[in-house]
Amino acid sequence: MNSPAANYVPPKPPALSRFFSSTPVSVLIYLVVIGAIIMSAYNGAQAMGYNWQWYRVPKYFYTLTDDGFQWGEIAIGLVKTIEISTLAFLLAIALGLVIALLRLSGLVVGGALSVVFLEIVRNTPLLVLLYLFYYVLGPIFDLDRYVASILCLGVYHGAMVSEIFRAGINAVPTCQWEGAKSIGMSTSQVYRYIILPQSIRFMLPPLTGEAVNMIKSSAIVSVIAVAELTTIGRNIISDTYMSFEVWFTIAAVYLVVTLILSIGVSFVERRYAVT
Amino acid sequence: MSATQPMIEASNLDKFYGKFQALKNINFSVAHGERVVICGPSGSGKSTLIRCFNGLEIHNAGKLVVDGIEVYEGSREIRTLRQEVGMVFQQFNLFPHLTVLENLTIGPIRVRKKSKQEAEANARTYLERVHIPEQADKYPSQLSGGQQQRVAIARSLCMETRIMLFDEPTSALDPEMINEVLEVMVDLAESGGMTMVCVTHEMGFARKVADKMVFMDEGEIIETAPPERFFTAPETVRCQEFLQQILVH
Repeated sequence: MNSPAANYVPPKPPALSRFFSSTPVSVLIYLVVIGAIIMSAYNGAQAMGYNWQWYRVPKYFYTLTDDGFQWGEIAIGLVKTIEISTLAFLLAIALGLVIALLRLSGLVVGGALSVVFLEIVRNTPLLVLLYLFYYVLGPIFDLDRYVASILCLGVYHGAMVSEIFRAGINAVPTCQWEGAKSIGMSTSQVYRYIILPQSIRFMLPPLTGEAVNMIKSSAIVSVIAVAELTTIGRNIISDTYMSFEVWFTIAAVYLVVTLILSIGVSFVERRYAVT
Repeated sequence: MSATQPMIEASNLDKFYGKFQALKNINFSVAHGERVVICGPSGSGKSTLIRCFNGLEIHNAGKLVVDGIEVYEGSREIRTLRQEVGMVFQQFNLFPHLTVLENLTIGPIRVRKKSKQEAEANARTYLERVHIPEQADKYPSQLSGGQQQRVAIARSLCMETRIMLFDEPTSALDPEMINEVLEVMVDLAESGGMTMVCVTHEMGFARKVADKMVFMDEGEIIETAPPERFFTAPETVRCQEFLQQILVH
């Protein structure tokens, strides 16, 4: 092409903004900031004469002795955390769907029930809710600490999940209802075949956020001594006094788990992208 | 049910939205196999009326019997009724997460409990009939407006209903796509046997297929007449004015 337009070079942004938005410079700035934070933490710890013993941490993940391979306490605690979070999340999904459908049902009793449930759960601190489940409902219904924690987390996040479901369902235009009703579908068929499949893509991103929150808030059950990751961390510290190393490690483990979850879901989201 | 009984019979229908009265004392009947075109200025209640016929809107007073089934709030028979009454919407209302073929078969499979093979074979013949057999595996968003509306018509045909309601089927279409949809509708009307109620401003179409013209304004039926008389010698002033306005172009 010899036309003048083919050789046209569009104007560039100013040199300074090009410099700061270029990849190597951005990475450098990022590393400097992170480095500064780590350095100041390290210097602070040095100043108080902290005795770093990182070499003692790995054995809490796993040990390889003459007896063979063995998972360490942190690994076992992590499995427990994932187990509690998964079960509680399944409960939250089921509960959330029921509450959302009750609220959308148009039934006066259903709507009132779900609003009362939502307001009570959302206006109670999670810690208080946990005490209620363990110290009040626990003795009444004979719940052990493990079941009480799962129920508590499931109920608390069920309230959040129900709002996500409600928003997702409402995001599907009403004309979809009319189209489906006009071919004779029942309400449950409309939900199952038309509305829910379309609202999944509205629900997935906030549900991921809720799953991440679930894993993080599962740490609170350490106050009733359920042997999950945070409880394990406290136990190790009371044995070894390595509070810096252990809390850094525990935080990193939570970070890794939630990151894996987020990345996994972003793959699923691509599948449900708008066609 | 005897053939002399009307397919749709409305007597003294009223419909309110809050304080606003959308339908005022509507008396209206459609015979078996009759093709009725309803027209009127926007806001005249024609869409509200046609939506009452399959229970998408419920009237507040009066009696409405469609295909021998009375329509009222909370009726358990409304689903049975909807299986006999197809509806085509202004905005198509196709299901965007399903392919064209799935859009056509979901009703027959889930509601009519037909087998997948039978439903698909059926769907393909109806796609043939609306002249888009090659689009079966696409998603609605990949089709033009005219094609989407023809899929919507085929979706209603797949339910093999005896009544078809059209709620301004060409109003949301680009001008060059209106004809392809009207052709399909004329073809349907001329093949006979089906009762059709159509809200439209396409007067050429109305003249060609209608057995009866209905003019509505401000929630009332102002005039009912056979098309020859309706277009040449409308009785009421409001109807004359309306026809002048839309026939001027």
